[in-house]
Amino acid sequence: MITIIFYILAAITLASGLLTVLSKNPVHSAIYMIVCFFSIAGHFLMLNAQFLSVIHIIVYTGAIMILLLFTLMLMNLNEQHEPVKKVASRIAATVSACLMVVLLLGAFLKATPTIEAYKAAEIDFQSVKVIGDVILNEYLVPFEFTSVLLIAAMIGAVLVSKRENKA
Amino acid sequence: MHDILEQVGINNYIYLSALLFCVGVLGMLYRRSTIVMLMSVELMLAAANMLLAVFSVYHQDASAQVFVIFSMAVAAAEVAVGLAILVAIFRNIGSIDIDNLKNLKG
Repeated sequence: MITIIFYILAAITLASGLLTVLSKNPVHSAIYMIVCFFSIAGHFLMLNAQFLSVIHIIVYTGAIMILLLFTLMLMNLNEQHEPVKKVASRIAATVSACLMVVLLLGAFLKATPTIEAYKAAEIDFQSVKVIGDVILNEYLVPFEFTSVLLIAAMIGAVLVSKRENKA
Repeated sequence: MHDILEQVGINNYIYLSALLFCVGVLGMLYRRSTIVMLMSVELMLAAANMLLAVFSVYHQDASAQVFVIFSMAVAAAEVAVGLAILVAIFRNIGSIDIDNLKNLKG
């Protein structure tokens, strides 16, 4: 049962990822990407990583994709903004991506890792309570630096996209 | 549902992440629209995040999930700055085609 759900979710993830990459209209790409991120959140939920799943939906589909869609609407982009690439470079891109697939999958398939049999422990290690405990005790300083990073990114984004005076 | 790794196996998760990463690579190489390239970078980041979460469950350690949360914050910052740069480029050049950005070419 769980295996079937996993395969369905994996198919949705890969298909929507491919459609993101290949669809002509950038707005369609963004919407397929939302589907892809929801299915990744589903994977997190299947792994019982509740906090990650909710954070993934909030950050990616809530914040990042709205930002991307808003920018797309602002620039009013559609298909004719993107001229077709030359056939040679398309073929080169596809061939190199396929080579990457062959390389990675070949490496993972041919490797003989020493994976000991996984057995679920009875202890609770990924509920929201435990994650909050770990963040605020063990990783408090990186957590604070994350907020500094976000403020710096915000100020940088405002400065970069501000309209310059023609002086 | 805490025994999903017993049923699915960690191998399948590794393959899924590798394939999703390769889809991101394909988008990076195949498209010319800068905004779709940014989306492909997001796909690659999401694949890496998913593998981190899977290994966190495999080792039953919450630290990797905290690391995923930090990497999501970095992704959010990256998208904000990247889109700001895109808006500036669009305002100056009038398109976001990557091939038009060759002012620095000698």
